[in-house]
Amino acid sequence: MLHTAEKFSDLDALYSPESKVATSMYENADLFNEEMERIFKRTWVWVAHDSELADKGAFKLSNVGLEPVIVVRDRKGDVNVLVNRCRHRAATVCEVKKGKTSSFQCPYHGWGYGLDGSLRGLPYPEQYGDDFDKGAHGLKRLRTESYNGMIFATFNDEVEPLVDFLGTEVCRYIDLFMKQGGGFPVKVLGEHQFTVPMNWKVQLENTTDAYHFPVVHKSFMQSLDGDAEEAFKFLETGKGYVEDLGNGHSVMVMIPERIDLDEHLDDPMEERFLPLAKELRDEGYPEDQVKKIVRAVGGAGFNLNLFPNVSFSLAFFRVLTPVNVERTDIRHIALGMEGGPAAANRMRMRLHEHFQGPMGFGSPDDAEVWERVQRGTKGGEDLPILVNRGLIDEQPGALGPRGHISAETGMRAAYKMWKRMMSL
Amino acid sequence: MNMMTKTNDLALLQKVSAFLWTEADLLDAKDYDTWLALWLTEGFYTLPIGEGDDFDNQLNLCHDNDRMRRDRIQRFQQGFSISSAPPARTVRTVSRFVIESVEGDTVTVSSAEHVIEDKFGRQRVWAGNMRHTLVASGDGFKIRAKVVRLLNSDGMLNSFSYLF
Repeated sequence: MLHTAEKFSDLDALYSPESKVATSMYENADLFNEEMERIFKRTWVWVAHDSELADKGAFKLSNVGLEPVIVVRDRKGDVNVLVNRCRHRAATVCEVKKGKTSSFQCPYHGWGYGLDGSLRGLPYPEQYGDDFDKGAHGLKRLRTESYNGMIFATFNDEVEPLVDFLGTEVCRYIDLFMKQGGGFPVKVLGEHQFTVPMNWKVQLENTTDAYHFPVVHKSFMQSLDGDAEEAFKFLETGKGYVEDLGNGHSVMVMIPERIDLDEHLDDPMEERFLPLAKELRDEGYPEDQVKKIVRAVGGAGFNLNLFPNVSFSLAFFRVLTPVNVERTDIRHIALGMEGGPAAANRMRMRLHEHFQGPMGFGSPDDAEVWERVQRGTKGGEDLPILVNRGLIDEQPGALGPRGHISAETGMRAAYKMWKRMMSL
Repeated sequence: MNMMTKTNDLALLQKVSAFLWTEADLLDAKDYDTWLALWLTEGFYTLPIGEGDDFDNQLNLCHDNDRMRRDRIQRFQQGFSISSAPPARTVRTVSRFVIESVEGDTVTVSSAEHVIEDKFGRQRVWAGNMRHTLVASGDGFKIRAKVVRLLNSDGMLNSFSYLF
């Protein structure tokens, strides 16, 4: 560790004060290992949404950096995040991606653990002697906190409380994002998963990159009807902005009228939502609620990007999991309305399938350009990667600079935090 | 096609196999206009995630009605989608045909599909269980429903610039 710490002591060479990123940032395996230790082992990492663990005993597998974890709701209703590794001889205690259980049992020698990770029992314990301390042999448990349904975990007992790490502006935007429940709680409807041969930071940059949208997603735009196409022309209208929200987080506001989904309820509905509105009216929903639900179905008008692994966008979460220096797993988690009209959730899922995931009209083109970045870095090692766009007219925002909608302000926010964490 | 009553009818099996091989050939050749013409307008082309069957009310990889199929093909063909310009090349094998049911002029057939794709000098392998619902039409069939369940549909996939 000392050796590599020395090697990366010149952080300015990796991310310069002129907002230039060194090529090695995407392809140096030692640096990647260092990032896993200094960032993913030390800060809050998103692991699940509340709705994925609705009942007691509900669990899902997740990751904190490279470490596989189980996220599980115990009998008291608390969420525990446990390293998926038996304390005896290291076998994973769970290989089911999600489900419901009353305990976890290691398949190798039968050590059994409770939903809070405590070691409940083991076969033939006498061979460990009378002083064997079961209390010291529970599954390794991470510190876990949540905000508005978003569950985060950390290996670092010293790190600030989650709400302080997120900060006031991020919490405000999370609250606004969750208004897309349209009066119902937000729930996870399903997820698309794909792995891309790219460094995790290529992904970290992308959700705060409006500049690429009309280029990479031209074919998606062409599949939209008039109103919807207008809504996605946020670069041309130029009303949006990107703002550094502190601690590496940022927001990219694409459609300002959609920041607060309780507003503009009387604006004319987009044509694509008219059949849904009719269906809701036919089902007997009062007009006020129809307007609210229909407005919510379109999702939020901003991307909220949290350092280091989750972003909120339109009506989904995008989660990144670093696998190795040149591979990153991506999850696009579709969101709907718990107890809301089935028609609204159906529309959400069709919209999600339209853009996201391995067969979407958007994600495959994203994946292609991300891979092209990784391939491109094989040449011109000495050439910097530029994230200086929009520096010319940044203005001060509430907690950090605010730039043009196509500015790379959000990437600079993330790299600033990257540098801070790597220097500690 | 009045003779289509038995699932163990070898002549029917042969006819269905020939149709699915033709479809596979069109998809490898990316002759999408001809492929679109194989469909009944009301048909759905679906790649589900996991085991569920209620495709309308679950998240799928794709669940295309006529409009979405046409938009998808247009996206492939227009040249603005970087992932499909050029797309990965594919070679696929379709086999293990089992006629599951024959009702009137409608045949349901399941099969296995292996697809190997090639792009950027790397190859990837995909396997899926397919189920076609075919309706007799003239000398051949039209597709009313096609469901392809990738073996790892609920796992980590890559992005696809072609059809299964």
